[in-house]
Amino acid sequence: MASIKELAKRDSRFVSGHRLCAGCGAGIIMRHVLLAIDKPVIATCATGCVEVASTIFPYSSWKIPWIHSAFENSAATISGIESAYKVFRREGKIDKDIVFVAFGGDGGTYDIGLQALSGAAERGHNVLYVCYNNEAYMNTGIQRSGATPKYAYTTTSPVGKVIPGKLQWKKNLPEIMVAHGIPYVATAIPGRWNDLVNKVEKAVKIDRFKFIEVLSPCRLGWPHEPELTMEISRIAVETCIWPLYEVIEGKYRLTYKPKEKKPVSEWFKLQGRFRHLLLPENASLLEEIQKEVDRRWEELLKKCET
Amino acid sequence: MGIRVAKTANEAFAEGMRQINPDVVAAYPITPATEIVQIFAQFVADGLVKTEYIPVESEHSAMSACIGASASGARVMTGTSSQGLAYMWEMLYIASGLRLPIIMAVVNRTLSSPINIHCDHSDTFGARDCGWIQIYSENVQETYDNLIQAVRIAEHPDVLLPCMVMTDGFILSHCLETLEILSDEEVREFVGNPPERENLIKSAIENKPITIGALDLQDYYFEHKRQQAEAMRNALKIIPEIGKEFGDKFGRYYGFVENYKLSDADIGIVVIGSTAGTAKEVVDRLRKRGIKAGLLKIRVYRPFPFEEIRNLLKDLKVVGIMERVEGMNGFCSPLYSEISASLYDFEKRPVLVNFVYGLGGRDVRIEDIEEIFNHLLKIYETGKKEFVLKYIGVRE
Repeated sequence: MASIKELAKRDSRFVSGHRLCAGCGAGIIMRHVLLAIDKPVIATCATGCVEVASTIFPYSSWKIPWIHSAFENSAATISGIESAYKVFRREGKIDKDIVFVAFGGDGGTYDIGLQALSGAAERGHNVLYVCYNNEAYMNTGIQRSGATPKYAYTTTSPVGKVIPGKLQWKKNLPEIMVAHGIPYVATAIPGRWNDLVNKVEKAVKIDRFKFIEVLSPCRLGWPHEPELTMEISRIAVETCIWPLYEVIEGKYRLTYKPKEKKPVSEWFKLQGRFRHLLLPENASLLEEIQKEVDRRWEELLKKCET
Repeated sequence: MGIRVAKTANEAFAEGMRQINPDVVAAYPITPATEIVQIFAQFVADGLVKTEYIPVESEHSAMSACIGASASGARVMTGTSSQGLAYMWEMLYIASGLRLPIIMAVVNRTLSSPINIHCDHSDTFGARDCGWIQIYSENVQETYDNLIQAVRIAEHPDVLLPCMVMTDGFILSHCLETLEILSDEEVREFVGNPPERENLIKSAIENKPITIGALDLQDYYFEHKRQQAEAMRNALKIIPEIGKEFGDKFGRYYGFVENYKLSDADIGIVVIGSTAGTAKEVVDRLRKRGIKAGLLKIRVYRPFPFEEIRNLLKDLKVVGIMERVEGMNGFCSPLYSEISASLYDFEKRPVLVNFVYGLGGRDVRIEDIEEIFNHLLKIYETGKKEFVLKYIGVRE
């Protein structure tokens, strides 16, 4: 794996000047993912925070060839690019290796883009798909998505007198991707840069479809103090809400195991969207989530053992 | 030189695609266009083309993949119909806005609901304002010729717009006709290599970053749309040039429209697609009876060749505009309103009436077109326009 010294020497491919919020996790994720790749890269990006904040014409934060076409089709668009590359390479028009990366937020990946993602994965394009998951439609103003955790407040799953936020569990997208039989699936956070870089390096060496999902703290939508971005992503791991693991050819492996599993309330207490869960009258809701997090954690540990 | 063969329009589309030998084809099956991708997939499987074929999971992804490939500098083609085209809608605008010369073979089929797999022009007429060039075909020969010319039109540096080439569902897509197929060498020489454009792969190789599809706000969007509109106007110049070059080389000349016996006509009809063949027979019969009838067939609907259309129609007395589309606007069909608008500047202009026919594949017979001409004759004789729109061949 590239050392931090080596990474620091590389030219940043996602550069300053963008309009992402102070403390946004997504910009850090873009920068780290691209830094980890030491070959020419072409990237697509779904409509969303990153796209609108990084490419306000005539400016761009992308020091690579980059395209945005629509919301739900980052995976389909990159399929076309990778296919054009294949034919040019076959025809002898080019001889350089190029790495293909598709970015999408959770809305563009879990929900509206799931079909395009599934199709591209099934066809087995040589593409790395990176989902930056901030757990709601943040770009349009914090609406629930299939990635929003249970009981989180969003503007379309508000906490009211009779309904305590989003009533459904989030989808388990890494599992959905594992079920596609793709060779590499991993989770990551910006707060553990070495783990993220390592996973990207591993993924791009594999010649088929790869999927990495990175938790992307959103100081505006969760909301949290902007200086807590890295820390809060680590607390998600320490509470086992966001375990760090990878699945290589179907084999599960934890890439980090918390020394001491923290209660989920440690994660909730830093974010406005879960404030109601810490009220005494909602103790049962908190308990319900703790139980489910425990269950999923045990399930994952079992998968990693076998 | 070319050889005479019997093919359906779907087969002719696929054959044209093989000869054009695009870099990338991304497509999804839909009746009645499925055969195009089936036949083409066989060409790929047999190694007859260099094409990277992407069997996408939807039409939306088909056009998205075409956009990615075209933005990478590839020559890109696809095919679809009806609901498939409707599902692409969002991406049609993005393909043209990004100025990507994607070529799409479209087999015209009506839109649900009610679901129906047969021909009318609702699908592509719905897409008339999405910034694509639209070329319609009367028969299998034109389907083939139009596809080959479309590549040159779309890729012309003054145009750089996507182009859809239409054929009528089942009526042509599944109808065996004889046509002249050019040799592979003739097609390859005619389409040539695509002119180089700035693109993602070139950018990656040369290490010169390019951002495509940026957020374009109040301060630039309008200029970019203005440029796109100009490209569509440029296509008005390029389309007949390519049509003439095609004619000079292969003997079949193409313009925006076909003028069938209009020059001295008193009454005439405007028609698009395969119905023109039937209607020409009716014109001939009327001519034998001494009635000065004529026909204007529209080949290119986008860009709208308003100069040619109004100049050919202005001296007629009565014109019936036939359309295989219901405008659902409570007034008339789209073509009627555009032809009316193009003639409005002339003080002396024909009486226009609108006929909607053939929805959902309803057969259009000689008698139906005779009925239309009877209406025109009555208006011609009485000078009275008693209706704007009539439905032909429907129980009501």
